[in-house]
Amino acid sequence: MMSARTRAALAIGTAAAAASRRLGRGSGEVIGGKAALRLDPRVLEALAAGRTTATVSGTNGKTTTTRLLAAAVGTAGPVASNGGGANMAAGVVSALSRSRSDRAVLEVDEIWLPRVAAATTPAAAVLLNLTRDQLDRSNETRRIAALWRALGATLPDTVAVANADDPLVTWAALGFARQVWVGAGQRWTLDAMVCPHCAQLLLREDGGWHCVGCGLARPVPDVDVVDATTLSDRGRTYELDLRLPGAVNAGNAAMALAAARLAFGVDPEAALAAMATVGDVGGRYAVVPLAGRHARLLLAKNPAGWLEMLGLLDEGPPRPVVIHFHSRVADGRDPSWIWDVPLERLAGRTVHVSGERAEDMVLRLAYAGVGAVRHPTPEAAAEAAAPAGGDVDVLATYTAFRELTVRAS
Amino acid sequence: MTIRIALVYPELLGTYGDGGNALVLAARARWRGLAAEVVEIRAGTPVPAGLDIYLYGGGEDDPQALAAAGTRASPGLRRAVEGGATVLAVCAGLQVLGAGFPGTDGRRHAGAELVDLDTVPGTPRAVGDLVVAADPTLGLPLLYGYENHGGRTLLGPDASPFGAVRLGLGNGHPDQPGVDGAIAQVGAGRVLATYLHGPVLAQNPALADLLLTGVVGTLPPWEVDPAGEPAAALRRARARQTRVH
Repeated sequence: MMSARTRAALAIGTAAAAASRRLGRGSGEVIGGKAALRLDPRVLEALAAGRTTATVSGTNGKTTTTRLLAAAVGTAGPVASNGGGANMAAGVVSALSRSRSDRAVLEVDEIWLPRVAAATTPAAAVLLNLTRDQLDRSNETRRIAALWRALGATLPDTVAVANADDPLVTWAALGFARQVWVGAGQRWTLDAMVCPHCAQLLLREDGGWHCVGCGLARPVPDVDVVDATTLSDRGRTYELDLRLPGAVNAGNAAMALAAARLAFGVDPEAALAAMATVGDVGGRYAVVPLAGRHARLLLAKNPAGWLEMLGLLDEGPPRPVVIHFHSRVADGRDPSWIWDVPLERLAGRTVHVSGERAEDMVLRLAYAGVGAVRHPTPEAAAEAAAPAGGDVDVLATYTAFRELTVRAS
Repeated sequence: MTIRIALVYPELLGTYGDGGNALVLAARARWRGLAAEVVEIRAGTPVPAGLDIYLYGGGEDDPQALAAAGTRASPGLRRAVEGGATVLAVCAGLQVLGAGFPGTDGRRHAGAELVDLDTVPGTPRAVGDLVVAADPTLGLPLLYGYENHGGRTLLGPDASPFGAVRLGLGNGHPDQPGVDGAIAQVGAGRVLATYLHGPVLAQNPALADLLLTGVVGTLPPWEVDPAGEPAAALRRARARQTRVH
């Protein structure tokens, strides 16, 4: 039973969200949630009470995995979810206040996970990966892993659904009472070269990893990605038929499969069938018109994400490439990390570049042996990339991506 | 001859794209018809003597401590510099080559003592654009880059500043305000150290060419610098963004 205060807080939050929508300021999710939280800081606890919940957190893949898991859980009835990517406490409050369903799948920002998980006591905490995202926030991945590890000790009934290929996530998950390990993959290794536990060197070999000091090592996965179209769960194999491309999404699906079974009792086959229906996620992989071309939008907001997207470009016949590149606050103001991305893999192509920091990208590409031309707008870049029209792949950093999806809608 | 470039502990000192410095040096040598080889010195192995240019990059606290321990156990580095090699050390790399620096827990770690400098903790963390007017004897244009460090560095009598800070913090020590980095002569060789990352050699190709000149004497002429126009465009953009030019 909700307190009068909680009910009043929710009513005012709903009114604030509606007002925000009327003023054309977006969906109102964040404003409504913030208003409710200000009036009743415990509104999240009240809203989550009695629901079976899974949280989804990590640097990359949160929104996509949340969508896949919500689809899987949705096979057994309605599910509350913040599918729009508003992933701090306010966005979670808003998602839960819109739905009375007794199941919830919540995307949660890495730093907000302790606060949101303490309030919602999830049955499963899905822990995807931890890699550098914004260079101006230093030493962050190790610090977040430590926060997650400490969180685990306060949630005795929560199962960590954890990526065994990420040493930081593995170490964090070991703070929980129970773990289900998923071999979800992690091609980017530069943020986990030393052991999060003892600061000695981590060695990687034969697809595994281990610490030369304390012996922390990759756990044997319960759920694994066999190849791009096959998952295994406790020895049984399942065919994967995703509309979402790339190995990275096979990993996301494996994480969702494990959480759906553990937290919600969804049968793997039903889960996979539901996940196969998920198309674009908040514009990711969506094909939109751009200067009359068919532009496939690829979000690449940090080195780990770039590595996955470069892998995606190699699948199928080569398509013209546009890079739309900003370094605003939400992207991290310092774009030095592009020198850690193996853009040499685009050598031999000519890439067309736009965005506020196009100059940084063009110089990087020059040293990578990639022809690069700077353009004033993404439209001009797309026109030059595909002079006769047709398909274009557009890689964009976070704010640049948002700009393109807003333009296309 | 082949210009041999050591990229020291890239797994530990690779947080801020500083691996790009090796890429830039090797490319600028090869574009001029000079042979160049990048040798990655893996973490857990000593830094060997016998290379021409040693590159140290930026890193986070725990990896930095490992890099310092590895360097301390590497007599080859001092031998190489005394014999005429050049070191470019950036950010955590600068701190590693000094007397010591603070770790995550506030505990002090010992450095390699190759350069007469010492680093102590400071707040707030210096994060943002850094623009440096290099020591005039280096003959370089304004240097653009970024900084991201919590240390405050004090130079001893055997080191001089790498340059004067035009924007940002640089060494940031209250006893020596307004300077960045260090220049130290070690035997026949030299250490250049700075808080500029970006990577510094990509944004400031004249500094890259200065390092190459230190190895081969005079650089052969070339018709066109393949990165010349993109670098000039980036430097114009950086001047516009930082309003320092």
